[in-house]
Formats: sequence, structure tokens, C-alpha cells
Amino acid sequence: MFSSLMFTGLMANTWIAATIVAVIAGMTGFFAVLRGEAFAAHAIPNGAFAGAAGASLLGVNVIWGLAVVAIASALGIGALGSKARHDVVTALTLVLMLGLGALFVSISNQYAQQAYSLLFGEVFGVSSADVPLIAVLGVLALAGIGLAFRPLMLTSAMPEVAEARGVSVRGMEIYFLVVMALATSMTVPVVGALLLFSLMIGPAAAARSITARPGLALALSVAIALITVWLSIALSYQTNWPLGFFVGVGGALFYLAGLAARGLAGLGGGTRRVHPAA
Amino acid sequence: MFPLLQLDGVGVRLGGRQVLSDVSFTVGKGEFAAIIGPNGAGKTTLIRVILGLRPTSAGRVIKGVNGAGAGRVGYVPQKIVIDSDIPLRAWDVVALGLDGHKLGFPFPSRRRREQVEQALQDVGALGYADARVGELSGGEQQRVLIAHALVSRPQLLLLDEPLANLDLRSEQEIVTLLGKLAREHEIAVLLSAHDMNPLLPVMDRIIYVANGKVATGSTDEVVTSEGLTRLYGHPVDVLRVRGRVVVVAGD
Amino acid sequence: MLTSGPVLTAFLIGAIAATTSGVIGVFSVLRTQSFAGHSLADIATTGGAGAFLVGVNQFWGFLVAGLAAATAMEAIGVQRRRDRDIATGVVLGGALGIAALFLYLGTQHTSRTGASFSILFGSIFVVAPDTVPAIIAAGVVAVATVAVLSRRLLLTAVAPELARARGVSVRLTGIIFLAALAVVVSLSAVAIGAVLSTALLVGPAATALRVTRSPGKAVLVSAVTGLAATWTGIALAYESYYWPPAGHGWPVSFFVVALVLVAYLLSYARKPRRMPPRSPHEEAAECSPA
Repeated sequence: MFSSLMFTGLMANTWIAATIVAVIAGMTGFFAVLRGEAFAAHAIPNGAFAGAAGASLLGVNVIWGLAVVAIASALGIGALGSKARHDVVTALTLVLMLGLGALFVSISNQYAQQAYSLLFGEVFGVSSADVPLIAVLGVLALAGIGLAFRPLMLTSAMPEVAEARGVSVRGMEIYFLVVMALATSMTVPVVGALLLFSLMIGPAAAARSITARPGLALALSVAIALITVWLSIALSYQTNWPLGFFVGVGGALFYLAGLAARGLAGLGGGTRRVHPAA
Repeated sequence: MFPLLQLDGVGVRLGGRQVLSDVSFTVGKGEFAAIIGPNGAGKTTLIRVILGLRPTSAGRVIKGVNGAGAGRVGYVPQKIVIDSDIPLRAWDVVALGLDGHKLGFPFPSRRRREQVEQALQDVGALGYADARVGELSGGEQQRVLIAHALVSRPQLLLLDEPLANLDLRSEQEIVTLLGKLAREHEIAVLLSAHDMNPLLPVMDRIIYVANGKVATGSTDEVVTSEGLTRLYGHPVDVLRVRGRVVVVAGD
Repeated sequence: MLTSGPVLTAFLIGAIAATTSGVIGVFSVLRTQSFAGHSLADIATTGGAGAFLVGVNQFWGFLVAGLAAATAMEAIGVQRRRDRDIATGVVLGGALGIAALFLYLGTQHTSRTGASFSILFGSIFVVAPDTVPAIIAAGVVAVATVAVLSRRLLLTAVAPELARARGVSVRLTGIIFLAALAVVVSLSAVAIGAVLSTALLVGPAATALRVTRSPGKAVLVSAVTGLAATWTGIALAYESYYWPPAGHGWPVSFFVVALVLVAYLLSYARKPRRMPPRSPHEEAAECSPA
């Protein structure tokens, strides 16, 4: 059975940090999925690598590097990405950040270990000093998404209507990307870009398939992210295999389960035929 | 009659090209008006001008009684495609019409629920209030979108090509519904369409757009061979066959 | 610098990666599949780590992982861009998770940090010369596939309904394209790193589509732009050994990314021209009286 040791000492920080991160990922991921921003959700935390590398080169606190790069990436993707070439601008922003990161690393010549932890995280090494920062970011993300829940929903579902009612679609896009960028990128050094990304996409995609109620779908997205991360920590602790493996595979499995649930509901009769896009 | 919408000599330039000039008409309370014209004539442009989403180069647009209540315009856009996967019920879409622009989490209240249900009932969509909106048929989605526009109690309802992509039966149902809304709720309904025939039974006023200009009045006044020939600037014949109007290029 | 063996190999590998990516990139940008292209490069790392684990040539690992991921993406993938991106994201998340496991299992003896760093950024100067023929062969096969299918790829991207009406299988075309994309991208990822692979796939193609009108010309401009950026980048990286801070060069990936980006931004300075039509409806027939 699971060892009770995994709830003590340093592990307590891991549980707390991972729980907060799952809430952040579940909330921001929900809208990332609805708005089709999966690529941005991948690019922004990964691109934050440049911020960390640049900050360590300049000798300033990594947090500032991450914040600057996250906001710059979000603004770049939001402002330059017209509807047609959204993916191109996202890809170019990502490679620019990674290219700059490579330059900083090569100049400072001391960053390889951090590069690994930015990708795969060091969630088992979360220090007590990290926890308050993550908690603050978590609350900010929660407030940022909660505050704009309805306009985000309106611009995601019916951009044409939103525009006519004076809700700026471009403005909401940039707002969302900045909230997501701040919340996710600054938690990257703790949990890793890979873990964050997997937690954002899989649970949210599953949740939207399971229920048609917007509030419930958001809650489900957070709940699935929490279950994924808790199970993954327990399994990772027991097997000593990397946490990222369990979270990555778990996210994908939940997504497939959501698809299957949707498919079964569709076969179960009484449900409506999907209207072909006109 | 109170004009709820009044356009005075409106002109629109797009990229240095004059696309509309000297457009003047009014739409009054309880009136059903339709902007009719061929594809590319500027119908959508005209609707965007009325919504205030596109600047005019000349003239002015006055909304509401004496210019008051300008915000109370309900709008249903053209060819909207709602993702079949988005977690929104028909109910939620209508609720977004009530307060979708507001910040904060929506807290359920009895008043809010009643308003939403009333709007759904007005358009006959109460039966599928709990269905995922992306899985409704085209006609059902159109009803839900009309309820979305209607729930904030607008004085003017604007619809861009609401009949496009509908089957014959849904088309008739939507026209009947809109006619009923104009009469019973005393709101002004202004919609655009490329075919006037389905609208003939309910239409009070036609705004015929062609060649960058408009002609307005009742169907009998506007849709004549002479009138449309003047508008198009080339010979056009108007034929009336068994209650239907057909406009063909003459020679 | 042209007398140095590794540098010559770098020029050769760079040329192959740049031209094949440039050609296939035009189609992936037109089909709005930049995310898939980037993900396949990242996913190749899973294959690389797996091959390392079972002790076979990394080349096969990259190829197998890329093809498997392409199939998985298309299997869950849907036609709408939004849903396709999410399917891509789910596959990417799963694959990176597996990569983390492979790296963990495989690097209990070696340095895992070095491994992950070089997979991401690659090292064009240390490509083993004996993998060059394999890279050339795979690139030729992928480009030939795309060339044969080019008209279908355009048609299914621009007007899927029209393609279906003509009896073209949109799905099959999509799978074949993703497979070709996987081959190109994963092999360029092994040679030059995932970052450069994405930069060369997206940047030159997006630039070319802005400055040319026909897809044929776009392919040509894209390949030439990518080639120019890569060769200039390699030359600059070689020169940068003499730049501050003295002692070691600046990374190739930085120079190439910067050059690709400059090319893309310059394309905005030109008078914008339309991309090839996205939908036939936009080009719909002129007005006829209703």
C-alpha cells in the first residue's frame, strides 16, 4: 500500500504546490481549450525558458525574467496573431524565445541543469519559500479568470455577437493570454512546462465533453486536473518514475475517456444529431 | 410613429471606394423592415454601420426615441457557427445575452432565471433549453440566438441574413416568429436577406440595396421594373408569378 | 572555415533541413498545422530517448515516434482547427510524458541534463557523418510525396467540401501529409534540434506566402529563404568564436531564428498581398439580381 511517508516533511510542500498548480491549470486550461489556444498554452510556458536564462545571465531574480518574457510573449501572440496566421505567430514567438534562451545559456555557460528542470520540473524539491509565491499566483489566476468569466465565455462562443455588444474580442484575447502567461510561466520552474501543459489540455478537453453546463465544466476541469496530479504524485512516489510521465499520460487518458463518454452518450439514443457546420 | 432607427444621408467608403451613398430610411416601433439586395450589395456593411461597428463617411445614424436608448439593440449575426463541443446549453447562451458583457461570476437569481425562460418561451425554444447549443439544428440555433438578442428587451432587433442556410420549413417558422415579435412586443425588426419572397407576408417596409444606393418604401412601391432599373442602372424586369416576385436582368 | 569537416557537414545538413522544411512548411502553414509541425519535432525526442533506451540507432526512434504521433493526431483529430490543435496538444503532452520516463530510465548512468538540452537545441556541428545519407533519403522521400500530392493538399486545405465532392479522401490526404511532415520534422530535429526545426518549418514558409501569389513560387521562395538563413546562421556562428565573451561561439539556433524572424518581419514591409484563398466562398461569384 502507499507509504504514509509521502505526506510528511518536504512532501507536504509538494502536495500543496501541486494542488495549487492543478487549480491554476484547470482554470486557465478550460478557456485555453474553448478558445483553441492549445498552441499558446504550450508556447508561453516553454518560451519562459528565455526569461529564466536571461535573468540568470543578468543576475536578477528569475521571477522578473519569467514575468517579462511571459507578458511579452502573450502580447506578441495576442497582438500580431490575426485569425488566419495565429499559429504562425505563436510558432515564431516560441522559437524566438527559445533561440534567445539558447544564446543566454551559451553566454552564461551554466544553465543546462535549469533547462532540464524548466521542462520537467522539480516538484519533489519544492521549498517552503516557493509555496507562498505559488499560492499568490494561484489566487491571481483564479481572480483573473473568475472576474472575466462571462465575457470570456461570450467571446469564445460567439465572437461576432460580442463585438456588436461592445466586448472587444481582441482585448479579451490579450487579457486571457496575459493571465495565463503570468500564472503558468511563473510556476514553470517549480513544476515544469511539460506538467503544466499536460494539466491544462487533457482535463479541460475531457470536461467540456462531459457536461454542457459552463460552470460545472469549469469545476470538472479543475477536479480532473486535481485527481490527475494527486494520483500522479502518489504513483511517482511509489515507483520513483518521473511525475511528468504520469501527468502526461494521465491527461491523455482522461481526454480519451471524455471522448468515449461523449460517444457513448451519443449512441445512447435521445441525444441530438450533431448539426453539420453550415 | 416613433422612429426607433433613422438613417440620414449615410455614406460609407471602404478602402477609398464608395460602397454606399445617400442612404436614408426610418424604422418605427412594431415595424418589420427588410434590407434586400444581391450578394455583395453592402447589406452586411449597412448593418455594421447601424451597429456602430463601421464608421460612416457622411450622414448620421440615430437609434432610439430622440436618440435615447441607443444601447438597446439586439443583434443576430450572419452564419454563426457554434462549436459542437463548447459547454453551453441553449439556456446559457440566452443568459449571456442578458449579462455576458459583465464582469464577475454569474450568480443565479430568480429574476435572471425568469427573464431567460421568458425569452426562450417567446421564441419557442423552451423545449431544448438544456440541450448543448452546438448540437441543435440550424433552425433551433437561430431561435436560441434570437432569444439571446431578445432577452435584454431591445427596442430594435437587427438580424443579418437570418434565413440563410435554413431549410424551407425552418425558414417559414423563423419568418412567422419574427413577424409575431414585431407585432406583439412592439419592437422594430430589421433584417437582411437576398430573397424577399419568404418575407412578403410580414414585411412592412423594404430597403432595396443595389449599386451602392437604396430605394425604400412598401414592396409595391419599390419593386417595380422602372424603380429597380433606375437603381441598378441597367435594365431589370420585375415579374410577379403566383404571389412571388422575381427580379431578372432585362436586355 | 570551409576546410573543416564538421562545418562542411553542418552546411550540408543545414541545406537539406532548410530546403525540405521550406517545401513542406508551405503546406503546413497553408493548412494551419504549425502546431503539429512543432509538436512532431518535440515528440521526436521521445523516440530518440526510447531508441537510446533499447540500444538501437536514434534515427529509427525518431522516425517511429514521429509516424506514430502523426497517426495518433489524425486518428483523434477533427477537421476544425481548434479541435485539431487540442488533439495535437493531447498527443504532445502524452508523448513528452513518455519522453520524461525514457530519459529517466535511460540516463541513470549518463547525464540526463545534457541529453535533454541537446535534443531541444541540437548541435549541427556534431552530426555524425554516417547519418547524412539516411537524412537525405528520408528528406527526398518526404518531399517527393508532398510534390506528388501537392494539388490534393491545396484542395483539401482550401476547400475540403469541394475535395470530397471530387472523391478525394480528406482524411487520407491528411494522414499522408502528417506522415511526411513527421519524417521531415523529426529528422531535422535530430540534426539541428527541435527549435531550429520549427523555425525553419514555419518562418520561411510564412514569409514566402506573404510575398508570392502562387503556391509554386511560394515553395521556391520558402526553400531559398530557409537555405539563406541557415547558411548565414552557420557562418555567423562560426565567426562568433571571435566575438565577446571570448572563448566560445554563439549558438547556431539563435542566429538562424533571428534571421528567419527578420525575413518574416521584412515581408510585412512589402505591400501585403492576399494569401491564396482560404475558402471558395470568399471568391464567390459576383452579384446577380436576387
